[in-house]
Amino acid sequence: MTDNSNPPGKPPKGGASLEEARLRQQAIGVKLRHMFDEVVNEPVPDEFLDILRRADERSSGGSGA
Amino acid sequence: MSGTSSPPPKPPSADDEAFKRELVVLIPHLRAFARTLTGDPTAADDLAQDAMMKAWDARASYQMGTNMKAWTFMILRNQFYSEKRRSWRQTQLDQEAAERTLVAVDDPESPVALDELRLALATLPEEQREALILVGAGGFAYEEAAEICQCAVGTVKSRVSRARKALQATLEKGGYARDGRAAGDAMRSILAAADRLSSVRQG
Repeated sequence: MTDNSNPPGKPPKGGASLEEARLRQQAIGVKLRHMFDEVVNEPVPDEFLDILRRADERSSGGSGA
Repeated sequence: MSGTSSPPPKPPSADDEAFKRELVVLIPHLRAFARTLTGDPTAADDLAQDAMMKAWDARASYQMGTNMKAWTFMILRNQFYSEKRRSWRQTQLDQEAAERTLVAVDDPESPVALDELRLALATLPEEQREALILVGAGGFAYEEAAEICQCAVGTVKSRVSRARKALQATLEKGGYARDGRAAGDAMRSILAAADRLSSVRQG
């Protein structure tokens, strides 16, 4: 279950806190991405596509209406 | 009668169509970035829509095949700062705003961790927060983030690095105001949540 980016059985001597810091940074990174991705994964409000559609009609002479 | 003697309607060009398809794909990312900048979902969507329109209007200056994501993020960011200079309320993302940032979470399993992370992010200087979000959450390379922020690559690197250190220190010390929660809690809940998330991802 461990995230073994560190070779097992070879704990860096005196590097426990370094290793711990690395793990913490990794955890923060995972959470950051998660936070961002949650918005990315929200459904896009219709407004966005409506605006693009209108922009399209404006520039192409309303062919799609 | 549209009044203007504009050229006759031309059919949408293939380039326009391709541009639009790419732009549509980017909308969710623009929304997410906007939300981290404004800290408010409604303002964020306004900003993202403005940026989307600006990108569309400027499509002639975009070279197909280059990095459209970075290009649109740069437009959005410029839009944000110019509006902010003009009129936007000067809320330096304070902690209250931060709680609204990236709202509507939620992994019901880890609301605490997300809250704490949001609060801690809000304590970072704006340029550090933005650099960290782009690189650490948006998946941009340092070079791309530098392009978006219009600064040197080395500047982005040092901002990200300072942001990471500060964020960790804040989470460990509880450097944000929070009703008496023990300092280590935030970090512990983030570690636990991250563990869950990554095991879900690997599974």
